[in-house]
Amino acid sequence: MLRLIAQRLGLGLLTLFAASVLIFAGTEILPGDLASAVLQNSATPESLAEMRKELGLDRPAAVRYVEWLGHAVEGDLGRSLASHRDVVEEITPRLKNTMFLAVYAAVVAVPLAVVLGLMAAIWQGGIYDRAVNFVTLLTISVPEYLVGYILIKYLSVRLGWFPSLANVTPDTPLLERIGLTFLPMLTLVLVVMAHMMRMTRASVLQIMASPYIEMAFLKGLPKWRVVVRHAFPNALAPIINVIALDLAYLIVGVVVVEAVFVYPGLGQLMVDAVSKHDVPLVQACGLIFAGAFILLNMTADVLAILTNPRLRHPR
Amino acid sequence: MRLFGHRVPLTALIGLVIIAVNLITAIGAPWIAPFDQANVVGDAWGDPTSQNLLGLDNLGRDLLSRLIYGARMSIGLAFVITCLSFALGIVTGFAAAVLRGWVDTLLSRIVDLLLSMPTLIFAFIVLSVLGTDLPVLILTIAILDSTKVFRLSRALAMNLAALEYVEVAQVRGEGLWWVIRKEILPNAAAPLIAEFGLRFSFAFLFIAALSFLGLGVQPPNADWGSMVRDYRDMINLDAMAPLYPAGAIAILTIGVNFVVDWMLSIHSHAHGDGA
Amino acid sequence: MTELEFWREQHVKGRIGRRELLGRAAALGASAAAVSGMLASVEAHAAETPRQGGTLRLGLAGGSTTDSLDPGSYTDSVMIDVGHAFYNAMVEWGQDGKPHPEIAESWEVKPGAAEWIFNIRKGVTFSNGKTLDADDVVYSLNMHRGKTKSGAAGAFKAISDVKKLSPNQVQVTLASGDADFAYVLTDYHVLMVPDGWSDWSKAVGTGGYLLEKFEPGVRITGKRNPNYWKTDRAHVDAIDVTVINDSSARLNALMTGQVDAINRVDPKFVRTVQKNPKFEIVRAPGGWHAVISMMHDRPPFDNHDLRMALKYGIDREQIIKALFSGLATAGNDHPIPQTDPYWNSELPQIKYDGDKAKFYLKKSGLTNPPLVLQCSDAAFAGAVDMAQLFQQSAAKAGVRIELKKEPADGFWDNVWLKGPFVTSYWGGRAAATQMLAVAYGPDAPWNESHFKDPKFTELLAAARAETDEAKRKPMIWEMQAILHNDGATIVPVFRDWLDAHNKNVGGHTPHGGFDMNNGWIAEQAWLKS
Repeated sequence: MLRLIAQRLGLGLLTLFAASVLIFAGTEILPGDLASAVLQNSATPESLAEMRKELGLDRPAAVRYVEWLGHAVEGDLGRSLASHRDVVEEITPRLKNTMFLAVYAAVVAVPLAVVLGLMAAIWQGGIYDRAVNFVTLLTISVPEYLVGYILIKYLSVRLGWFPSLANVTPDTPLLERIGLTFLPMLTLVLVVMAHMMRMTRASVLQIMASPYIEMAFLKGLPKWRVVVRHAFPNALAPIINVIALDLAYLIVGVVVVEAVFVYPGLGQLMVDAVSKHDVPLVQACGLIFAGAFILLNMTADVLAILTNPRLRHPR
Repeated sequence: MRLFGHRVPLTALIGLVIIAVNLITAIGAPWIAPFDQANVVGDAWGDPTSQNLLGLDNLGRDLLSRLIYGARMSIGLAFVITCLSFALGIVTGFAAAVLRGWVDTLLSRIVDLLLSMPTLIFAFIVLSVLGTDLPVLILTIAILDSTKVFRLSRALAMNLAALEYVEVAQVRGEGLWWVIRKEILPNAAAPLIAEFGLRFSFAFLFIAALSFLGLGVQPPNADWGSMVRDYRDMINLDAMAPLYPAGAIAILTIGVNFVVDWMLSIHSHAHGDGA
Repeated sequence: MTELEFWREQHVKGRIGRRELLGRAAALGASAAAVSGMLASVEAHAAETPRQGGTLRLGLAGGSTTDSLDPGSYTDSVMIDVGHAFYNAMVEWGQDGKPHPEIAESWEVKPGAAEWIFNIRKGVTFSNGKTLDADDVVYSLNMHRGKTKSGAAGAFKAISDVKKLSPNQVQVTLASGDADFAYVLTDYHVLMVPDGWSDWSKAVGTGGYLLEKFEPGVRITGKRNPNYWKTDRAHVDAIDVTVINDSSARLNALMTGQVDAINRVDPKFVRTVQKNPKFEIVRAPGGWHAVISMMHDRPPFDNHDLRMALKYGIDREQIIKALFSGLATAGNDHPIPQTDPYWNSELPQIKYDGDKAKFYLKKSGLTNPPLVLQCSDAAFAGAVDMAQLFQQSAAKAGVRIELKKEPADGFWDNVWLKGPFVTSYWGGRAAATQMLAVAYGPDAPWNESHFKDPKFTELLAAARAETDEAKRKPMIWEMQAILHNDGATIVPVFRDWLDAHNKNVGGHTPHGGFDMNNGWIAEQAWLKS
């Protein structure tokens, strides 16, 4: 089993390497370039040429890739082309914000989703099951910005319970930060919970259909016990998988929520960087997101190996 | 009521009706809609009248007609995209799980790679380079979406492939296709069907997310996701406009998932679960 | 905007006197009570005296994480507003529409308007303690010349030499005469920095505020410069700019009291804000205009009658109503706004006319010409909607236009200046000749419509070199007429700038140049309590 896990870790690193190639190639082929994206209709041929020279676009791509990767490994991600600031310095506070919001949302959403999902599986077909189903489907089919707008309108503008701007700074104390980011957290929880909850329910019900569960029932165990002790552990692999994907979404996909709540996270930085073709920033964000995803993915795989009794003891 | 020999509960019936109404609307849009989707018939955000039951949109077009035409575009796109991504994801996912070895490693790495790229950025680069024609749009979203289906179906099949009867079948010399069809697909169907119901509604929202980057459906064609986007501000004026397309997406999602739940329960009954 | 309101604004800005306003109002048939009420509100504004102190919190659209403190790199509101807080300009574009001295204390134009001598203000110090002199001015001007990334490079191409005459005198020589050169120096990119300065992680300027925190695209704060050389400006103790690009979020931040003033209010929310007694809209008709440009030399747009068919086929009133909630002015297919003193008031306003569009299409001899309009919201938010309305109104007249929505990314690269039929925009310019030269000049790199007309070229050069107002006016009028009659650019609307603030804010007043007091909000506004 250890070999299996080690293999998985090695593959993760390899994937990260491949991702870096893809990110680099992607930023190479983006149409347009920083110069004209920044200058819009005040660009002159001279100002464009000057800006392009600064990008070093006159040298071959392979050379620039090796240079970039070498520096990246040493923790130097270069300087932003637009603002000339150090990329690492620029990203760090925003990465912290993104992680904070993701963790905040995950801490609330994951246990809630799993418990609600298990309860729905236990009372499958009952009123509770249907009600939870209905509500989660409703939240999943409404786009996150509309959820955000509605929450702001009622909880912030009308009732004044929470601020509409989540404009935290690095020195905002934790308690205040939790309050400021409550609405974005709630929005994200509403968006991801339905997916996790429904997969938990479906996977558990799937296991419930297998013969050994019937054995448990024949032994006379109560249903909740069968679900929690026998079905749930065996349904963990797909559930962990879905949770890993949703956590990745919380890190990578919150651009829209950031915009609605004016939250200084990494997503907005990346969108700005892409639209302005600030290549070093795009590459750095891409690497971080790829890294975060690969890490979560690897964790999910390792956990799947650990929780699958058959894979745990390969013959 | 019974259908194909199964009892149809009330929720499933509601779901079926919702799907039927939506399909009829989508197919018959040009005959059902009172106005053309592009026609400007009055002032922007005009109030509902007997002719314009839901009022007018941001450019003064009939909102109901946009909604009806939007059904055509949105459901059509979402259906094609979801089917494509499932076909792709399930075949590759099962193949990886059953064949193991280098096939699994290769496919898994490719998928990890695709998944590790932020979706919007990836779609953005592909569509910027290849253009925003409808087939390119469909294929891009389908491929991106299929990676998630791949992971799920692989995880499911891994569990199953480790079970004796599948191994027995392989030892018996049954081909890959046979094993997938006879042993794995029936046993993995439930979570996959559940996933289908959800992925379907994600497709609506993804198309809308692309229009945020200036990509997506060409004007003046309406699609529900973009309608929600375009009208979202009106929430601040207590207007109903954004809630109609959002409601349409929600109702269809709920309808599809009611039917999915019903199929799940038929499935688990067929497998002898007494619950 | 009603005509009465228009004249009221003109009075507020000091362009017309009280007597003229009364006369105009009477001519328009306004009741005596309405006129005196209007005057009272105007004078109440004028009578307010600035109060010192407090923190002015601004919620602004138009900021990006790629923003830099380098003045040459500014493109949008946030940096323009912040730039004017930390730095000074040579010349200020006043609310009366005229150039006012700032770092340039006074100036002198030689006949022919090609040689300009600027006297540099004495006793001004940078935030790093250095005293400003001619060397700093020469460096700051040269930053935008030659090999540079500056957004002012285009406007500064006309400069052939910048020379220091004495520690407090700088001479600028132009390749050809430009009587409006003082206006060119009001460009928001042209701000004064110390000689040789290039470290843009800091803002070392002579402005009313000192940079405290700079988080591009998020938040920028500054505190009052205790040694500021102006005594009647920079009233608040500190400024705190939060970047809020989402228009709903911006409005909600104002409504919930998290900021004091915002820019770019969505026109459809203006009435809601006006109804609330706690808030006020600041509305400024100005030079920003939407553009649908055809290429004058590219078939089928080289056909004069087809161009006329399209000009009559666009419903300007409908666009103003639907996209701007009425808060815009119809364009007349030339770039000079009604607020400009050189606006040609005798040119008949072109209006939607289906019959004329049909007539001209027939006269053009073209049957179903291929008309593919490339549109994108990268041009401006609402460009795609405007294109859709155009398509509909033209279709009613039998002119079939196909729309192609282009990806926002790469729009300025691959579509603008390349496509023969595209949506675009122009920010206004301080001087009419400047605007005409930049977009329609014979060798302007941004002549998107490939417009070339010998008469126009001749008039432009003559008008620029002419310093006599009476002689310039007919020339500039004629140029507008040429564009109106033969140009390949449709100018559907001039958009109003719409800001809002809570009523505790004073000194936040309309300016046709840009939102937030043309970017000077930080030094001009104050808090009443």
